[in-house]
Amino acid sequence: MAGYKGNGINPSGFDKGQIKIYIILLPLAIFMLFPLVFIFCHAFKPATELFAFPPKFYVVNPTLTNFSAMSKTAANSGIPMSKYVFNSLLVTVIVCFVGIIISTMAAFALSKMKFKFRDTIFSINQAALMFVAAAVLIPRYLIMSGLGVLDTMWAHILPLLAMPVSLFLIKQFVDGVPDALIEAASIDGASPFRIYRSVILPLVKPALATGVILAFQQCWGYVESSNNFINTESKKTLAFYATTLANANNLVQGQGVQAAATLIMFIPNLILFIYLQKDVMNTMAHSGIK
Amino acid sequence: MKTGKKYPFLFLLPYGALFVVFIILPIIVAIGLSFTDFNTIQAPGFVGLTNYINLATQDSIFMQYVLPNTVTYSLIVGPGGYCLSFLLAWAIAQLTRVPRTILALVFYSPSLTMGTAMAVLWKIIFSGDEGGYLNAILMSLGVINEPIAWLSTATYILPIMIIVGLWSAMGVGFLAILAGIMNADEELYEAGAIDGIKNRFQQMIYITIPTMKPQMLFAAVMAVVNTFNNGTIGVSLTGSNPTPGYAGQLMVNHIDDYGFLRYEMGYAAAVSVVLLLIIQLFSKVASKLFTEKE
Repeated sequence: MAGYKGNGINPSGFDKGQIKIYIILLPLAIFMLFPLVFIFCHAFKPATELFAFPPKFYVVNPTLTNFSAMSKTAANSGIPMSKYVFNSLLVTVIVCFVGIIISTMAAFALSKMKFKFRDTIFSINQAALMFVAAAVLIPRYLIMSGLGVLDTMWAHILPLLAMPVSLFLIKQFVDGVPDALIEAASIDGASPFRIYRSVILPLVKPALATGVILAFQQCWGYVESSNNFINTESKKTLAFYATTLANANNLVQGQGVQAAATLIMFIPNLILFIYLQKDVMNTMAHSGIK
Repeated sequence: MKTGKKYPFLFLLPYGALFVVFIILPIIVAIGLSFTDFNTIQAPGFVGLTNYINLATQDSIFMQYVLPNTVTYSLIVGPGGYCLSFLLAWAIAQLTRVPRTILALVFYSPSLTMGTAMAVLWKIIFSGDEGGYLNAILMSLGVINEPIAWLSTATYILPIMIIVGLWSAMGVGFLAILAGIMNADEELYEAGAIDGIKNRFQQMIYITIPTMKPQMLFAAVMAVVNTFNNGTIGVSLTGSNPTPGYAGQLMVNHIDDYGFLRYEMGYAAAVSVVLLLIIQLFSKVASKLFTEKE
């Protein structure tokens, strides 16, 4: 053991060796953080500072005018911003909730039940991890048209419900639930639905949190549905409204409003992640593909 | 658990049905359409391999711009972002808990901004007049005298897309790698020290990476997906499809261009199939590298 100084991972205290890591990482961290701090400052700048020359990075007199201007812009175009917010919230809540239920059910079956083709089904899902939805936008459009869900709220929801990543991570996590617990519940006469509800769901909470975060990220920023599957303006989502602001031509005038919209898109993601990050890391420890 | 046939079917049904309808079926439809001349108005007619032959021989924009752009972008952002994720995760794993958590959040949060809404941020920074932030900084430093129209000059579009892509590359895969490193078995490192491993770099090559191959593979797959999912970034930055001089045109944009602007759905489907094959190729390479051989 002579000379072994530990693997250096997860040290309990500070030592000199860590200084060089900080020296390398801090400039990088500032670079990564810069755009985010920038958008944050920009959203609160009054017009005088937005047009200031030379442009200033920090906000001096923060104001909420950009946020009120944003909802005014929406109202002027005929649809109150609350409608977009409501649509986004409705769609996101449904996708997170239903998405989690169907993935945990499937994960339970794939992990703990024995049946033919189980491994085949799981490896198909694993292959679908690299499914890139943008590549099949047109077939999806045709399928949704065939199902008659174009221009309804379903067009936002249905394409996002089956998330291969979510099923994959939850299934890996369910693998860690001891079989003995399930056998015991089964012997006590619990039905598979009862076992699912009373044994599996409470034990895989970290994986549920991760599934919710992934679904939220997908859904909250999802614009393809509003762009391609929905015609009625009042059925579109906040993400769509934020992009229309971003694509507007009067870039200089609208900058503050656009920054405010971007911030509104970003903040919920960040808060949710900070709140659930322990659970996410816990799930990621089981994320390996073997 | 023994359940008979009924329960596995019931539990898999909701997910499975949606999976088939919105993931498997679109791929099959894309393959089917790629052999037709479907234009959304007339019924599709079978044209054999014509679309693929045209793609390879007639579509000069595809061969000159779209394919090289896609290859450059994905080779730099995919493996580059992946290596960056690994190195950053490895570095912050050697810090104490609180700074590690903060830095992990800092590196991860840009990936939360993905989606076109964030384009506005870059539009403001790279704005082409002298009020643009990058221009103002460079001019005050004396690097340039005239403002540069970053997002409408063909030369700069692809590099900017790559920077933005790398900036947001530390996503789920980064978290998986970090978790993998954190959960490594301490005994292996002790054994390694006895076997003559001297420094952290050797530890990384001989112990850390081999013990967490499954996480490395998961992260690699996530990197591939992210790279191709962000393919529309050029269009959202420049605000037009096609991008100026086709300089930021990637395959996803080419599909939209033919599918939704020209309504040549059959041809667009052929491009989709080629894209799916390229993605498949990338992930095959990743599996070759990281699958345990036993």
